[in-house]
Amino acid sequence: MEPFHNVKSIVTPLDKVNVDTDQIIPKQFLKLVQKSGFGKFLFFNWRYDENENLKSDFVLNNSKYDNSKILVAGDNFGCGSSREHAVWALDDYGFSVIISSSFADIFFSNCFKNGILPITLDSAIVEKLQHETNQIEVNLENQVIKTSSENIPFEINSHKKKILLEGLDDIAQTLEHEEKISEFEKNSTVPSVL
Amino acid sequence: MGKTLFEKIWESHIVVEKQNEPALIYIDRHLVHEVTSPQAFDGLRMNDRKVRRPDLTIATMDHNVPTSDRSLPILDQTSAVQIKTLENNCKDFGIKLFDINSPNQGIVHVIGPQLGITLPGSTIVCGDSHTSTHGAFGALALGIGTSEVEHVLASQTLWLEKPKTFEVRVEGKRKNPHAVTAKDIILSIIKNIGTAGGTGTVIEYRGEGITDLSMEQRMTICNMSIEGGARAGLIAPDQKTFDYLRNREYTPQNYDSLVDNWKVNLQTDSDATFDKTFVLDINDIAPQVSWGTNPGMTCDVNESIPSPDEFSNGDANQKKGAEKALEYMALESGTLIEDIEIDRVFIGSCTNARLEDLIEASKVIQGQKVASNVSAMVVPGSQMVKKQAEEMGLHKIFIDANFEWREAGCSMCLGMNPDILSPGERCASTSNRNFEGRQGNGGRTHLVSPVMAAAAAINGHFVDVRKLDLN
Repeated sequence: MEPFHNVKSIVTPLDKVNVDTDQIIPKQFLKLVQKSGFGKFLFFNWRYDENENLKSDFVLNNSKYDNSKILVAGDNFGCGSSREHAVWALDDYGFSVIISSSFADIFFSNCFKNGILPITLDSAIVEKLQHETNQIEVNLENQVIKTSSENIPFEINSHKKKILLEGLDDIAQTLEHEEKISEFEKNSTVPSVL
Repeated sequence: MGKTLFEKIWESHIVVEKQNEPALIYIDRHLVHEVTSPQAFDGLRMNDRKVRRPDLTIATMDHNVPTSDRSLPILDQTSAVQIKTLENNCKDFGIKLFDINSPNQGIVHVIGPQLGITLPGSTIVCGDSHTSTHGAFGALALGIGTSEVEHVLASQTLWLEKPKTFEVRVEGKRKNPHAVTAKDIILSIIKNIGTAGGTGTVIEYRGEGITDLSMEQRMTICNMSIEGGARAGLIAPDQKTFDYLRNREYTPQNYDSLVDNWKVNLQTDSDATFDKTFVLDINDIAPQVSWGTNPGMTCDVNESIPSPDEFSNGDANQKKGAEKALEYMALESGTLIEDIEIDRVFIGSCTNARLEDLIEASKVIQGQKVASNVSAMVVPGSQMVKKQAEEMGLHKIFIDANFEWREAGCSMCLGMNPDILSPGERCASTSNRNFEGRQGNGGRTHLVSPVMAAAAAINGHFVDVRKLDLN
């Protein structure tokens, strides 16, 4: 995984609550067996009409936001299915920061496995950021979002912060605990299913 | 101070623990399916890693398998590739697979318990959010993403932040347990706590309203924990649990001694405390019908659709959400639920496609016909459920009533296979999610119990099944 760097960009405001992973990436795109190329299917049913023409009223189709790396959305973002394809699609499309007043647990966890930073903020601040038209800067090291008018601090678990900043391979790290895992297994009595 | 059931399971699975960091938790059972695993196996190959414990891992194909004639080739090429990929991966890494022709094939959350692979006190993961189903047996069962699937394949462990504990106490007795079901209890809970009410927590369902339920009904409850945002749902194991798992194909040989141990160790202590509690009294609850685009947007069958103002309780964003939902669903506030006409009926999914669900639904339709404007299907949760139902003659009741009787799979719960709604079609569904487009682009889903779905199929609109004779 690539280390996370500071992000400077305008925000894409997605003025919706309870955005579920079925909306982020509909099921017909879950049949692929690779991780890449999901960006073009992001928010598919909101972006395209039945003839696959762009819907002009959806925020992602406004060219103003073409280079945005920061998505700001309403409460309970990423609820529903555990599909990591949702995070792969957001990543492939170009988002590296998602800001919301709350995230669903599995989605939140999936973000960190793919170098995406989910930031939880007070709903009043989220709403304010949705109306921010200037570039903002997200600095993970200092845990602060700089807008044209203020600095907004944010919380993040120190372990998760380290994973993003260093771009750590989770599995390699875990396998360093090999001895402890083996020791646990010696005392474990769970029967085999073979 | 005493400990909750969750804390006991958690503590007995800690491999590595440091203050203020996630703990490394050992995983006893890993269930794998075709949709969320291919990239995980690829990751193993790229890093030259093996599956650490193939003997604790099982796989089946459920999400995109066709439910029509199994002797025919799969027409959707991308589905066929994904299914073939799972076969190859299981072969390469030595994992037991219940393939499309296996008598044990079925929805992964239906076959786990049925085969005795799900065990009390164990930790279970699967790349599917409805893994919470297995919590009905007192297992800590978590849905995970594909990166975590790869992590568990490689290490049989997972880094987890310790969730908070959430007690949901269900008190009272249902007056008509055939009409008011486990589905109505869990939909009532979600309606009250909200779709994010359980975020960051593991729910333990307790109380007379839960212990009264059969194992299959308890699975319906735990299955939808994720719909309330929870990480997992748990029910303490009791005699019903131990009896259910006895003599299954994979029931451990030292079962009696395991049961003795579970009886002692798998209860929340009387002096344990939870981080939060919600109490639901079920003496007077009604059958539930969802009217919107998330499972919290639900009301009683004898009510009318609430206005966005009533629904949102003053929250502007929720109000906007409700307005959008009504627009998508093509419904108006004030419409009586019983006046809503439907086009399709789906009885299936890991929520409600077990034998009891099919028995209860068959009682409603016996000797009757599906309304002429409705097309209805039953998709048993597993091939074993299908076989048991056929031995009881249930398939004849459904087929005689003009229901389609299908092979096992996830089917129209998420519409990855050919079973989907057409744009604008309205469906009474026993599944778990009524999200926009979930059952097909433009499709409109109403979540209900199997008896409510069956009654809607016969009448062409929702009816209050408390008015029917279901005994």
